[in-house]
Amino acid sequence: MDKHEKRVTAFTGLVLGLFVIAVLFAASQSEADIPECIPYDEAYATPQVKKLDDYNYQAFYVAKMWTYDPFEIEVPVGSEIEFFLTSSDVVHGFWIPRKNLNLMAVQGAVTKATITFDKPGIYPIYCHEYCGTGHQQMAASIKVNYPQ
Amino acid sequence: MDKRVQISKSMKWNLGLQIAVPVVLLILGIYHGLMQTIYRSGLISDTSFLGLEYYQGLTLHGVINALVLTTFGGVAIGHYVNAYFLKKEIHPLLNTVSTALMLIGSLMAAWAMLMGKASVLYTFYPPLKAHPLFYLGAALLIVGSWLAYFGWIFLYMEWKKENPGEKVPLAIVGNQANFTIWFFCTLAVAYEVLAMLIPWSLGWKEAINIPLSRTLFWFFGHALVYFWLLPSYILFYTALPRLVGGKLYSDTAGRVVFFLFLIFSIPVGVHHQFSEPTIQQNVKFFQSILTYGVAIPSLLTAFTIAASLEFGGRRPGDKSLFGWMTKLPWFQSDKYLFGYLICGLILFIFGGTTGLVLASYSLNSVMHNTAFLPGHFHMTVGGPVFLALLGFGIYMISNITNKPVRFKRMLTIVPYLWVIGISIFSSGLMWGGLIGEPRRTNLGLSYLNPDNPLFRADWVPTTMMALFGGIIMTLAFVFYIIPFFATLLAPATEPDGITYPETDVIHEERKIAIFHTFKPWVALMIVLIFLAYIPALYQSMKNTGKKAVPVNPDGTIETFDGDIPKDLVDQHIKDIQPVEE
Repeated sequence: MDKHEKRVTAFTGLVLGLFVIAVLFAASQSEADIPECIPYDEAYATPQVKKLDDYNYQAFYVAKMWTYDPFEIEVPVGSEIEFFLTSSDVVHGFWIPRKNLNLMAVQGAVTKATITFDKPGIYPIYCHEYCGTGHQQMAASIKVNYPQ
Repeated sequence: MDKRVQISKSMKWNLGLQIAVPVVLLILGIYHGLMQTIYRSGLISDTSFLGLEYYQGLTLHGVINALVLTTFGGVAIGHYVNAYFLKKEIHPLLNTVSTALMLIGSLMAAWAMLMGKASVLYTFYPPLKAHPLFYLGAALLIVGSWLAYFGWIFLYMEWKKENPGEKVPLAIVGNQANFTIWFFCTLAVAYEVLAMLIPWSLGWKEAINIPLSRTLFWFFGHALVYFWLLPSYILFYTALPRLVGGKLYSDTAGRVVFFLFLIFSIPVGVHHQFSEPTIQQNVKFFQSILTYGVAIPSLLTAFTIAASLEFGGRRPGDKSLFGWMTKLPWFQSDKYLFGYLICGLILFIFGGTTGLVLASYSLNSVMHNTAFLPGHFHMTVGGPVFLALLGFGIYMISNITNKPVRFKRMLTIVPYLWVIGISIFSSGLMWGGLIGEPRRTNLGLSYLNPDNPLFRADWVPTTMMALFGGIIMTLAFVFYIIPFFATLLAPATEPDGITYPETDVIHEERKIAIFHTFKPWVALMIVLIFLAYIPALYQSMKNTGKKAVPVNPDGTIETFDGDIPKDLVDQHIKDIQPVEE
């Protein structure tokens, strides 16, 4: 190896090392983690929204051709929602662009993620995995209001 | 380009078919690539155009461009470098059976797609169901390519026996590494297709484990991208320096790169499954780190190839920092291949970087499955892979048919036009992805349709950019097929035998034993695969609570006489609701 090759190899290692540190840092921030892994249970196949207290909700979503159940939910500003997601047929996506919530709904399995909604507005949920002929209209929404 | 190697008539026929058939199919593949940008921009607001449905066309686009073209291309380049560097060919019968299986498989899959019975996209994620012949076709395409690989293993061993102590030519090392990756990774998808999908789509098996099928698919799916890429790498190392009048900076670096690809290509597939259930975060994180490992060979290549280009471009006395770049044979029609390779490399700078971003664990949540993704991979598989296959494809055709390349000037501008097109196209898609635009979606029907409540005005400029880029890309392809077919139809006036722009190395390096044998590397590869994939596969099985029956893309379920328990079907039909307008 000549000196240029040594330099470029060291540089490559340094850059990738920095990336790893950055990823570790981001993952340690709860806002930016990826779905947790939980074993499947029949109970997750029943769509519902559970209110734990004023600012804590559990939303059990079932994605199906070509809608989500629940279709629209409403929570006050500052709410933290725990999402549990499964599918009753093919694979669907669950994508809330403004919150970087990016999940796959898979039959027989549960995807879990937690997100806090600090700003009011209507947050669209889009299906971003091809799921058949009606895929392009598969969308739902979360309404975040000020408390009344 | 002095040496000419004679090849057999059977090899000429096989190579000719392996190159020309995918280029013919590509007309369909590229046509629907263009159509997609039109649908997505909202210019067409319909489910189909001229009898071809959006998702049917999208399946054709993916299967033809990313599976058929690349597999045929990889096999053809493999035969070509074996014939040129080792002066050896696999048995004509083996070769013919291999080509025939690949052709029959491709035609079967093409039939299923064209009949609208396999609109499941090229990733064919179950429980979306395709016609059994679609899966069988894909399996035959893969098995056909294995036969060529088995033949090359014998050629490799024979050559080593005949030339004891000599370095195996770098191109052969690259090809063997590539097909070793391919063989191991396709074992998983072969299991998925043969043991799960085919019996399930035929109704012999009522339901399958979906997360397991996905993990098996991605065991194959990411290694697949290196299988696409390595034939281009062979050309970057062994042909590109010669085309600029230079020499390869380091032959050992090339070997290190191919062996690193061998060990890192497979145990990284879970980075496509960050957003998915059943696989634990630590497994995902481990494979994210391994993905950085597979970036190392590409970063080393960037250095070695840039150094080789500088060596070729720098004239004596040239002290400028970048002036040598202007001396490279840009737009020189006698060296048209240079344009194809260098343009691919330029695109790969952006394709590779965006790939690293996507593989970065939680950062993936920002753009997983958005339009950012096709924006990224059109600069990899649509960049260095596609351009190298096109450029070297016509080079091989001209060599095996002894026909001079026609319309060289037109052929020479193709890669530059392609770079312009794809830069605009990918920028549009990536920008769109960052503001929420999903991939694989007929946007013109809903999000880009002003009459639809889902309309998103902010996605108009991004999809328009993609459309504009798509038109330029299609134009570049038209400029390619004209010289391609003109060359095929031209009279044979060149001397017989194949040539190759064979590159010398700058200085002869000491032979380091470890870089001249496959055994330790294959062993290391298997160890890493076990470490990375045993937990992933185990968790996919353990954390899944229910199996899935087949569902057609239109939402219906076919019942097979008593094969699916009635309660499963009833439950499913109950779950399906009409589309909300």
